[in-house]
Amino acid sequence: MNKHEPTQRTYLGIPVPRPKVAFFELSSCEGCQLQLVNNETTLLNFLSLVDIRAFREAMTEKYDDYTIAFVEGSVTRSDEIERLKKIRATAAVLVAFGSCACFGGVNQLKNRFQDPAWVKKEVYGSHPIETNDTARPLEDFVKVDLKIFGCPVKKEEVEKIVTNVVLGKTIVAPKYPVCMECKANENTCLFDLGEPCLGPITRGGCDSWCPNSRFGCWGCRGPAVDANVEQMQEVMKKHGFSEETMLDRLECFGGFAGHAAEMRNNIKAK
Amino acid sequence: MKVTQTIDIKHITRVEGHGNIKISIRDGKVEEATWEVVETPRFFEAMLVGKKWENAPWICGRICGICSIGHTLASIRAVENAFGIVPTGQTGKLRLLLKHMETLQSHVLHLYFLAAPDFVNAGSVFPLIESHPDVIKRAAKIKLLANDLCDCVGGRRMHPTRTVVGGFTMLPAKGELLKFKYRLQDVVDDLTRTAELFRQFSVPDFSRETEFVSLKGSGEYPFIGGELVSTDGVVRREHEYRLMTNEYMVGQSTSKWSKLSRQSFAVGALARLNNNFSFLHPAAKELSLSFGLKPVNHNPYMNNIAQLVECVHIVMESIDLINGMLDREWQESRQRVVPKEGIGVGAVEVPRGILYHCYEFDKEGRIVRSDCVIPTSQNHANIQHDLTALAEQYAREGKKDRDIELLAQMLVRSYDPCISCSVH
Repeated sequence: MNKHEPTQRTYLGIPVPRPKVAFFELSSCEGCQLQLVNNETTLLNFLSLVDIRAFREAMTEKYDDYTIAFVEGSVTRSDEIERLKKIRATAAVLVAFGSCACFGGVNQLKNRFQDPAWVKKEVYGSHPIETNDTARPLEDFVKVDLKIFGCPVKKEEVEKIVTNVVLGKTIVAPKYPVCMECKANENTCLFDLGEPCLGPITRGGCDSWCPNSRFGCWGCRGPAVDANVEQMQEVMKKHGFSEETMLDRLECFGGFAGHAAEMRNNIKAK
Repeated sequence: MKVTQTIDIKHITRVEGHGNIKISIRDGKVEEATWEVVETPRFFEAMLVGKKWENAPWICGRICGICSIGHTLASIRAVENAFGIVPTGQTGKLRLLLKHMETLQSHVLHLYFLAAPDFVNAGSVFPLIESHPDVIKRAAKIKLLANDLCDCVGGRRMHPTRTVVGGFTMLPAKGELLKFKYRLQDVVDDLTRTAELFRQFSVPDFSRETEFVSLKGSGEYPFIGGELVSTDGVVRREHEYRLMTNEYMVGQSTSKWSKLSRQSFAVGALARLNNNFSFLHPAAKELSLSFGLKPVNHNPYMNNIAQLVECVHIVMESIDLINGMLDREWQESRQRVVPKEGIGVGAVEVPRGILYHCYEFDKEGRIVRSDCVIPTSQNHANIQHDLTALAEQYAREGKKDRDIELLAQMLVRSYDPCISCSVH
């Protein structure tokens, strides 16, 4: 990268700095990082905007002088806490990159079991394996400056956010739900097709990615502002979906962890 | 001069996930050569317990960002096999097309972005963007086509949205498929150029006799379901997969290891090709032979070439698949699912080798137990034994430190390991 400094970019005639960015992953599928290389049409333009100092999945060179750190994945083992703290100490801006980093993601599904020892035994038998009892989001351990939601993250949204960081613009995550984007896309409502959907309570910004494919929303981006989860339960019930179906979606990615825990307790109490 | 050196690579780069290489040679004698996997476990098999069947493909796709489509399809197949659902011909063909495009994007990603830099002494693909723009644009073009077609059929290139137990939530528009047919025809030439590029690279001269495991083709090069086979002559049914994988734990790895007839075996493009060479498309077969690649080839570095050969096969077969779809009327995209008690196994050839998902359901369709055996976890033991043999060979030959270090990393990369997937 260093050998080939691209041309200085300008915005409205003013030189735009190329921030030094680095990518890291904790416990994850590394899919969010892959999403970055997955949009081939804009990749090269995007790369000219930033100076990548570390990206293990793609490059061997590694420098510790980054200002923006993108961290994918959730924290599931103690050595990851140390790595995360080091990253935090170096980076001026730490970005929780994707739903695992923001909420724990699918990894936090293991947290629902009463007995963490059972979880280990179910997979590894008597073989000793080091892991924390719960999978946790980054902000449980360090200060997070910015969250990029989604499982996976949406490349277009990431590019927009990074461009805004570079240009020093304010970044605002959508407050409205997926449902609004779905309506704007003129999709047939999933409930009318007999499918459950968390679109009415889930934070938008994905352009109703799943409902566009007639696949109901699973809430991967967490709750929209003022999400009415109780009313959502009523809607699900009215359309004949069980509490279990609602709970499966609510607890899948960790964004609704509080609501899910409450619902799980209520179901158990019955 | 006798070689004395220590190689300690923590978190090898340009692979998916976290693994370390340690080699210690003193006076030409290898004291240690270790392939360590330090990835954190995520416990997918435990997560699924108690969940209804419809959760399985959606959650299990998240085992891997690169081969999420393959995991989703293996998971769906396991559920369908447990419930006795036989996919329609239409669904089978669409799934195969989707699977092919995932394999194409993954192979191209590996060949150009992860493996190629080693052959031209670069640390990453990024400097090549400026030094070899045409090459990178070509790679991006093929990858884009594959990913776009994944979007078209599966709804999304990663963690697909249209693939469900019973079929698809939506079907692609035929006009779109027609355009993709032209784009596929157009990349045939790009693959020829890719072959020209790889012909300039010298494949390291290293061989170690290995057992290769894959699906067993019957009439065609296999990707989804069927019998299991090894080059040592073992043949098993899909539901007997545990007899092929024999997983066990070792201290140096958070991933399980596997073995069959020998101390280790290999899966992946080279294994598929070694077992099913006769079913390759003629153009792919010709390309393979032009690289001197024919069964049974025991050079692990040739997995790169096997991936290239598969790219050609996949593009040719995808054109045929689309032609078949364009000739017929679409039928119902989704079958009704009635859960039942039982066990189901799904074996699918994903880019890095054969993948198995197995679920046991109660009568309401809740998961009682689950098991996922990942291609890279089946390869770890073989990587270890290759690494030992490689270090011994090069220490004997008196190779320079840097050469051994590079060749060891190239060896691991040639398996295109998906380490976080292997631990899951």
